[in-house]
Amino acid sequence: MRMKFLVLLVWTCALMGGEAPFGFEAHGFFDVRAGFRLQNDATQRDTSLAESRLQLDLNRMGEWTTLQIRGDAVYDDVIDDRDIDLETGRGWFDLREANLLFSPNRSMDVKVGRQILTWGTGDLLFVNDLFPKDWQSFFSGRQTEYLKAPSDALMMSFFPSFANIDLVYTPRFDADRFIRGERFSYWNGNLGRRAGRDAVVAVDRPDRWVDDGEWALRISRTIKGYELAFYGYDGFWKSPAGQDPVRGLATFPELRVWGASLRGGFGKGLIHAEFGWYDSRRDRDGEDPTVGNGEIRVLLGYERELAREFTLGVQYYLERMLDYENYRASLPAGLVGRDRNRHVTTVRLTRTAMNQNLTLSLFGYASPSDNDFYLRPSVSWKVTDAWQVFAGGNLFGGSRDHTFFGQFEKNSNAYGGFRYSF
Amino acid sequence: MFKRLAGFMVLFHALTAWAGEPDVTEIIEKANRAAYYAGKDGRADVAMKIDDGKGNIRERAFTILRLNTGEVDQRFYVYFKAPADVRKMAYLVWKNPGREDDRWLWLPALNLVKRIAPGDKRTSFVGSDFVYEDVSGRDLAADHHELVETTDTQYVVENTPKKPDEVEFSSYKVWIDKDTFLPRKAEYRDKSGKLYRRVEALAVTDVDGYPTVTESRVQDLVTGGSTLNAFSNISYDLGLVDKIFTERFLRRPPREIR
Repeated sequence: MRMKFLVLLVWTCALMGGEAPFGFEAHGFFDVRAGFRLQNDATQRDTSLAESRLQLDLNRMGEWTTLQIRGDAVYDDVIDDRDIDLETGRGWFDLREANLLFSPNRSMDVKVGRQILTWGTGDLLFVNDLFPKDWQSFFSGRQTEYLKAPSDALMMSFFPSFANIDLVYTPRFDADRFIRGERFSYWNGNLGRRAGRDAVVAVDRPDRWVDDGEWALRISRTIKGYELAFYGYDGFWKSPAGQDPVRGLATFPELRVWGASLRGGFGKGLIHAEFGWYDSRRDRDGEDPTVGNGEIRVLLGYERELAREFTLGVQYYLERMLDYENYRASLPAGLVGRDRNRHVTTVRLTRTAMNQNLTLSLFGYASPSDNDFYLRPSVSWKVTDAWQVFAGGNLFGGSRDHTFFGQFEKNSNAYGGFRYSF
Repeated sequence: MFKRLAGFMVLFHALTAWAGEPDVTEIIEKANRAAYYAGKDGRADVAMKIDDGKGNIRERAFTILRLNTGEVDQRFYVYFKAPADVRKMAYLVWKNPGREDDRWLWLPALNLVKRIAPGDKRTSFVGSDFVYEDVSGRDLAADHHELVETTDTQYVVENTPKKPDEVEFSSYKVWIDKDTFLPRKAEYRDKSGKLYRRVEALAVTDVDGYPTVTESRVQDLVTGGSTLNAFSNISYDLGLVDKIFTERFLRRPPREIR
């Protein structure tokens, strides 16, 4: 209750002119959106999204430090649970950021606290970005920024003359906010069918402080406009990639990733290339059916402006399972297996018009190997500097029930809403 | 002392006048330096008012930092302060004359540095009537230039694009002040020869010894729309260093934007 009062108080200050007490600058938005399923799903409600969200962004830039606090008060009608869980983002309050940034010396920055972390070159495809994602938000029609879930971490950046070095330590594993059946139905391999609220995924998440921590490293350098980067990660699969058959729990086995990326101009456009080796440390030979196999992931992309205010982006992405024979040999009878290679192509078309106040966008994933797709059409219109209205869809389809996008077929939805920014 | 200096200046001007007017190449080069390269570096706060001609007003507020890194190479850092939905976004440009510019956008909500594909430089800047080229300058080698008129106070230069297919205009005329070499007005004609666009420097003041535009306006003569830019807190030679124009300071705005 006291929390609610505090939020209201700060909001009132914010509305009174952007200046909150103690030198904070206050801004934010009020966002209302609703969505519905385009087909019947026996395991879910027809409403896929029904929420109001008040975000407050408090920022204080001091001489030596910057303090940033950003959180959302949410009324969500799809999930009835109002109890706050800051880890999973459940409940009526979702803390997006609460961090302190400072520079201990001229060639070092430190950011500590809750923060949104992103790196890598992919457009809605991730190879070396192993920071938590919120797939529930992404599929349900929240703004794309909600695909990134917050991390509770310490980020240290060093800037020697030869490279930028970023080191992120997360003392306790931050998992993805993955699809678990509550909002969206998914393929349940054990049941051999799609499941939803009737079989919400129960997990055994690594949750010990320090022992279950994560490290992420990036070393990057820009050479003549080309950005070259090397990455390392030591932690866990971010979404369940294993199971504990005895307890019937989905697990997050240990994972180590090494990778590299390159991004820069190419003719009239922009190319990016990224590579990652996923070392599934619990099962290096791929013989254990309860632990996901290691993989090689490759991403290639090209983006260019086709005409004024009309941009095209294309990507090719490959997930190639290592030790595929062992995986096949150890797969329990009756379970549907994966292909060795999962190929995915994406297209992004963006058109802006009417003084860039109207944005039409289509992002599409299609996998020729899984024979499935996911389309994200959207339109948004800035009515004024403060008011925005928008609509869009999340359309899934596939010829088989168990593939990555095909499993979500019954979740295809359309949504719309408005936002007031202040 | 000042009187003597002024006297000397008059004499100097008389001498240069006697020596003949500068040729068009010299004029446009000096105009380009005066408009886009003043000082070693510079900063300004910009308040932009966009009127679509139908009574709808939109406002933008941002701070620009600029550093000259070579004879023609420059870096720009644009930090947005309003409206609320673009607040704290930052835009970084490495201007590379002769080839495509490198551009990055900082999206604070995602904590993401997004590389932007090279774009048509005649595209609107943040939805205004200004285009990217108005902000960072048009490549002098892209046009043929002709001095068509010399008045007591101004040079008038007619410019025609070498690659007409790449731009929406057929020609544009620029009025350049003789004393400061600042371009004061530009008028654009469309493919049929009709006047459709006017860019003007409405107010010029001296800042740190550099003649500086403090108010500028673009008019779209077809739609009736216009964009007004008011510049404030202008300063030059702050001692900006090139590391400000990197990913580090996209993630963490430099104190110079405040």
